[in-house]
Parts: sequence; C-alpha cells; structure tokens
Amino acid sequence: MNKDTYDINSLENEAIYIIREVAAQFEKPVLLFSGGKDSITLVRLAVKAFYPAKIPFPLMHIDTGHNFPETIEFRDRLVKELGLELIVRNVQDSIDEGKVKEETGRYASRNQLQTTTLLDAIEEFKFDACIGGARRDEEKARAKERIFSVRDDFGQWDEKNQRPELFDMLNGQINLGQNVRCFPISNWTELDVWSYIQQENIEIPSIYFAHKRKVFLRDGMIWSAEDEVVYRDASEEVIEEMVRFRTVGDMSCTAAVLSEAATISKVVEEIRDSTISERGARIDDKRSEAAMEKRKQQGYF
Amino acid sequence: MEVLKIATAGSVDDGKSTLIGRILYDTKSLTTDKLEAIEKTSKQKGYDYLDFSLATDGLVAEREQGITIDVAHIYFSTAKKSYIIADTPGHVEYTRNMVTGASTSQASIILIDARKGVIEQTNRHFFINNLLRVKDVVVAINKMDLVDYSEEVYNKIKADFSELMSKRDYQDQKITFIPVSALKGDNVVNKSDKMSWYKGEALLEHLEQLDKKDIYNVGTPRFPVQYVIRPKTEDFHDFRGYAGKVYGGELSVGDNILVLPSKTRSKIKDIYFYDEKYQTASRRSSVTITLENDINVSRGDMIVLENDLPTIDKQFTANICWMDSTPLEVGSKYVLQHGVNKVLAKVETINHKINPDYSGIDKNVKGLGVNDIASVTFKFNKPLFFDQFKNHRTNGSFILIDTQNNNTVGAGFIQ
Repeated sequence: MNKDTYDINSLENEAIYIIREVAAQFEKPVLLFSGGKDSITLVRLAVKAFYPAKIPFPLMHIDTGHNFPETIEFRDRLVKELGLELIVRNVQDSIDEGKVKEETGRYASRNQLQTTTLLDAIEEFKFDACIGGARRDEEKARAKERIFSVRDDFGQWDEKNQRPELFDMLNGQINLGQNVRCFPISNWTELDVWSYIQQENIEIPSIYFAHKRKVFLRDGMIWSAEDEVVYRDASEEVIEEMVRFRTVGDMSCTAAVLSEAATISKVVEEIRDSTISERGARIDDKRSEAAMEKRKQQGYF
Repeated sequence: MEVLKIATAGSVDDGKSTLIGRILYDTKSLTTDKLEAIEKTSKQKGYDYLDFSLATDGLVAEREQGITIDVAHIYFSTAKKSYIIADTPGHVEYTRNMVTGASTSQASIILIDARKGVIEQTNRHFFINNLLRVKDVVVAINKMDLVDYSEEVYNKIKADFSELMSKRDYQDQKITFIPVSALKGDNVVNKSDKMSWYKGEALLEHLEQLDKKDIYNVGTPRFPVQYVIRPKTEDFHDFRGYAGKVYGGELSVGDNILVLPSKTRSKIKDIYFYDEKYQTASRRSSVTITLENDINVSRGDMIVLENDLPTIDKQFTANICWMDSTPLEVGSKYVLQHGVNKVLAKVETINHKINPDYSGIDKNVKGLGVNDIASVTFKFNKPLFFDQFKNHRTNGSFILIDTQNNNTVGAGFIQ
C-alpha cells in the first residue's frame, strides 16, 4: 500500500462515511448482526470508522434458532475479541409468546418470522437507526433501496415515497416513531465483499468454505442433512458431498453449492466464474417474483 | 478496480431497461437463475423475444404497468472497470429521481427513440445533465432497427440535438452520439454490422475508455468534520481526531489550516486511516485528522487550507430542483443541509423559473411546483461555508428538508 497518499477503494471510503453519519445523526443506532459475511464486513468497517475509539453502538442478532452452530460460535468469539456489546433476541420467544406462528411443511422456515422479533426489539430498545448489510445487487427489489431508508411505526417500507439521496448528503431526520434502516455497503457486490475479506484478511465462519457434509437434493438444490431443522422426506436420499454455503441465513432455507474452494482466494476465484446469483440459493425468494418486495413492505430488510 | 457510476435517462418506452438488460446479457453479467427467470416470464407474457427489461424493473407496480418508477441500481463489471448504473424513470413527474441519479454519477446516457427524435423529455434530460454538470454524456439513439438503420434519421436527430447544445450553460460537457438497437444488440457491447456508415465506438467501448480522474472535478480541499473521535483510553488519553471525508484536492501533514466558522488557525499533525498514518489524504478518502493545537472543533465545522477559503455568508442564490407537491413560496422555511451541516433557511426571493420546455425563463413566479427548476435566494440563521457549484460539486450543493415531515423536498446548486 502506498504510504504517501491514501485513496483506496472508493466503496470502503463510502461505507465508512455512511457509518459515521449514522453515529452522528442518530441517538440510538444499532448494528444488525447475523454472523454472515456481510455483517462481519460491516463490523470491520465500523471498527475502522471510529478507530482508536470503540464502536459507539451495540450489535444485535435476531436469532432464528435455526442458525448453523458455526455461525453462533463465531459470533460470540468476535464480540468478545473486539469488546463489543451484543444484544440477542430470539424468534423462539416470539413463537412461545404466541406472536407468530411456526410454518409447517417441507418449505417451512423462520425467515418470515424474524420481522416480528426485529420490530419488537426496535421498540424495546427505542432504536432509531438499524445498520444492515443489505446490498443493492442481491435482488431486484433491493436495487431500489436507499442508503437511509425510512420505516414507519410498523416497520413498513413505502417504495413509492422514498427520499431522494443526492451527492453524499444523507437526511436522517425522522418523526417520532419512525426509524431508519441504514445500508453502508449498498453499492458493493458479492464479489466486492469477498475481495475485501481477502484484502483485509478478515476471519469468517467455516461453513463459507468447502467441507464434507451430509446433504440431500431437492428442487435441484442441495440441502444440509445434518441439521434437524431442515425438513426432509424419507424418500429424499442422504449423500455426502464437498459443499460450501454462499449465505448463512436460516438453515432451513439456505442451500449449499458444490465446491472445492477451501480458502478465501479459491472462493473469490469461484465466485468470479460463478453463474448462479447469490440469492438463487435462498429458497424463500423464489416463492414468487415479488417475494422480497412484499417482505420489505412488511418490515423485513 | 475503478468504479464508474452512470445515470441513464429516457422517456417511457425508449427502451432504457432493455438497453441495460442488453448490456448485462452481452457482458455475461446475467446469472443463470436470472436468465431463467427472464426466459420464463417472457414466455408467460407471450413474447417471441427475451424481455431484458425484466432484469431491472424490480417493483411489482412496475411490472404490472411495464414502467420504471424509481431509481434502481444495477451492477456489472468488465475486466477493466466496475460499473454502477442508476436507472432513472423517464416520466415528467419523476424528474426528481433523474436529478438524484445524475447527482451521484460521473457519466450519463440519454436515450432517444429513433422514430420519435428529440422530444420535450430529451430537453429536460439534457438540461438536468447540464445543470448538474455531468462531464460525459452519451446520446444513445435507440431502436435503429425500426428505422432501417438509416443514417439520415441518425443525422437529423444529431442536428436537432446540437440545437439544444447551443443553449447550454456548461460548455465543457463532452457529448457523444451513438446509434444503437438495444433489442437486437447493435452497437451496445458489440459493434453493429448493419451500420457501416457509423465509424465511432460501441456504447460499452466508449464507457471503457472514460478516464475517471478526468471526470471528477478537482476543486480545492474541503474537509467537513463528520464526527469527533475521543477514545479517552489509556493509550489515547488526549487523542482528539476529526473524522470526515476529503473533498476536492489533497490535505497533507504540516499544512496550515483554518477551522471554520471560528477561523482558528492550526496545522495538520497526523492523518490516520484506521491504524495507519499517511502523509497525504486525497479526495474522497474517509480519514481522521489530528491538529497541532487543542482547539474546539465539532461536527459541521470545516477544515480548509489557510490561503484557500470558501465563501462564508448567511445567504446565497442557487438553482434548485423542487421535488415536493407542497409548493415552495417566498417566506417558506426549511432545514437546509449543506454537506453534514444543517441550518434553518428562509426563501427570500424566487428570482426566476426555467420554462418546462427550456425555452427561457419566467420572472413572474409566485411559487414552485413539483419538478420545477428555478433560481432562489435563501437566508439562514447561521453562516455556511460554501463554493459555487461550478467550482466544487460537493461544497456547492445542498438539500432542503421539510420541517414538518422531514422529507427531502428539494436539491440545490449554488450559483
């Protein structure tokens, strides 16, 4: 790296600028942390934004109870190493309280249920800004998302009434009861995130790398057979394959891809040549073309 | 990898989404699952061709009406560059989105339907691109397949467009004409074999050779303080760092600076990026600066070189694009956000409005309606430190925020 001038990756500079704006403009921000590579990248950027001071806001994980054990282990270690505050709220509690109903059947997942738990937690802590790792390249409805996206009391997103964002100026003024979702890595692509993880030598959970796993096939996708939350018909045969996961959402709706990529550089190489987009391995977006947009209107990311 | 941001503009049905879809398809940026979705939906709709616009139109309402109603961001890369396209809708009522898209872009593509030629919308798009001083504009004359790839049609449109160009304010804008067919793929990524009379580059070839450094205007350095970093830890007991982004030129260790508005003098002690120190920070880098002496600096202050000050004043005149259905009137009050700084602003006078067909100005204006563009004089409760937009894109622009509902209701460019 050139020690004389500093003008690195424009995406990194942009993200750091956005994170600092959130800290400056809001009273109670929180960083939504899932344990996935995007939110790990966000934590890294936040550390850089405020160095040598600590990150001036807590992390919050909305735990579906269906996370890969590797992810939870990683989450706890990261928080401890960086001395951060972590809040965990469980979808299971929302189910036990009768606020949401568990889905049943072969495509059952807790992804939809997260919304209620998240909105309740925002209410509980009176968070006025939630920093998330959503990227505009992930999916068509997300391509329309603003960097500061205002949500009403019910967490709803009105796509026809979004604030224009001009130049670098972010308008974080809100009325009582509203909150803002902030997306510092909006303009990053999946490959950008991976390249950054490689460049910065950031540690990520092991399930992102190729490993031997018991899996079964359904609808042309590969599902983990090692985790009981993933519904499997008796007719669906278990096989062992070298696989890795491209996203680490709820296990019950996160499919694996066949892969030999066991290191970051191999993963970057693989993604560069890949022809299936990232969310293609997330079953619940395929439910209908408008799936993501409907979820956003209801307050999901 | 450099990132080039491009704004697109065109009217309804000019084939903007198709053009972008075509770029994605020909650069092999459409992944298998997206391609399958396009094939499936095209078949369902009974088309005998691939409807690439489905790749970009993301909202249900749009898919139902077949139009684009908001700015969508599309990403693709070639071996040379990463591209971000801000795809903005072409309807009159969505001018605000067009201004938004152009504000963060270094280049623009204006689409014209070869059968329709230059229309009022084209005027509007051109005017906005010129007002926002977008340095590089491509005029893509689309649907050439529907006019038999005629050179005459192309030349006529080029001549009509050149008429508009003569009226422009920003003379250094570079304008390139390219005849294309997005549906058939002529001159988009690959050179067309049907228009041998056209000797120029295909659209992507042109974008590939744009020099980004040339596109950023390099003003003088401005460093608006975003956030004050005070760790108060044992190792950094007396550390006071000023976090922000460098705009314009460069700041270096040892530079003599002034902090505005107080005009306190100091010297740059260190420039940090994370835990590394640098000699120089160049534009658009998010750094943390420490100063030689312990002075009181807070968010909204600005660090500048001592011999290179912006204007410091409690009023200015600016071109604004009004984006709200509630009219702007003389006496109206707003929160004015200039960079990371906010003041209360009052409309002193509306000097003139630009006619919607850009035929001239109207000096007798009571109020501004949505999508109006006008010259307005504002007064503020506190001084701002600003430059003219033509000299400094960042320090010469601002937004207006409604004091009741907090929406962003206008964008302005200081004259």
